[in-house]
Amino acid sequence: MGAQIRVYRQKIASTSSMRKIFKAMELIATSRIGKARSRVAASLPYANAITRAVTAVASQAEVDHPLTTEPATVRRAAVLVMTSDRGLAGSYSASVLKQAEHLVELLHEEGKEVKTYLVGRKAQAYFDFRSREYARVWTGGTDAPQFETARELREVLLEDFANDYEQGGVDEIHVVYTQFKSMVTQEPTVIRLLPLEVVEDESETPTDELLPLYEFEPTPEEVLDALLPRYIDSRLFNCQLQAAASELAARQRAMKAAGDNAGELIKKYTRLRNNARQAEITQELSEIVAGADALSG
Amino acid sequence: MAELKVEIVAADHFVWAGDAKLVKARSVDGEIGILPGHIPTLSVLAAGDLEIDPVSESRFTVQIDGGFISVDSDRVVIVADNAVVANAA
Repeated sequence: MGAQIRVYRQKIASTSSMRKIFKAMELIATSRIGKARSRVAASLPYANAITRAVTAVASQAEVDHPLTTEPATVRRAAVLVMTSDRGLAGSYSASVLKQAEHLVELLHEEGKEVKTYLVGRKAQAYFDFRSREYARVWTGGTDAPQFETARELREVLLEDFANDYEQGGVDEIHVVYTQFKSMVTQEPTVIRLLPLEVVEDESETPTDELLPLYEFEPTPEEVLDALLPRYIDSRLFNCQLQAAASELAARQRAMKAAGDNAGELIKKYTRLRNNARQAEITQELSEIVAGADALSG
Repeated sequence: MAELKVEIVAADHFVWAGDAKLVKARSVDGEIGILPGHIPTLSVLAAGDLEIDPVSESRFTVQIDGGFISVDSDRVVIVADNAVVANAA
């Protein structure tokens, strides 16, 4: 009988210490989300300025750039998957990977080979465990991405894009990341990064504002040459930032749920412990009464 | 006299915005100076110093390591990969 109470006490103690950890992780994630979201906002002016400039060049100069031309046949496609480094974020990495699997399946159906690039240790673990091949992996700092990483990603991807199929090059590039819609909704999203489709968000520029006739220095081609890689940088960086914000939001929610569940468990075990204690007392009482009855009778 | 509305943005943060009388930058071809009324231009910038003469403050320079500048109807947007404000003019 006493043993049962002791077991419940141990369970309550261990669950309470776990709850403390969950609470702490939830608080950390909450405090970081604000920062991550403001970084998304801080990268917007750059993205807008670049998009505007690229649109200006593309609309005025009839320039055929290798990055914007659709290849006649797509034989191999690259897929960049953005997951997190660490777990304890609910289904965050799993849903991105699921989305990536869908995409890969789709590309295979279209008869394309797929070359995979991974971001985050979770994706690496997933691929290693299934002994699947991937071209390259970047790990570290998924919850606070640096612009340099985005540039490195772009350099590697562009190099492959420039190569021919025979040399292991790719004809199109897709990115799978988690779009941060709000604190409660984050959606795994697929975008096609290359060949580029320069689309300016209609809502951002009023339609009556006409783009002026720019003078390009040195030449439209060279301006575009300098602009497009930056445009890709900014898109990749934006994906990374949104993924980071989503990761933290997912972690916060997962930790809140875990903390709440721990609380429920503690409540349940406390009741069971009380029950056990009461049963013990009742038994002792009835033993005493029975003993006294036997003596007096 | 008209003024230039200048915005400087770096990849991950906003650097400076305000009215200015003059913007001087180093483009890949040489120096480019922009006064109010400049024709619309899109130009690639080389690494170097950017000089800005604001209306209400004293002149200052910003170090950039490449980027581009766009000018249209007195609105100047400078997009830099990395920008550091150095106050000594």
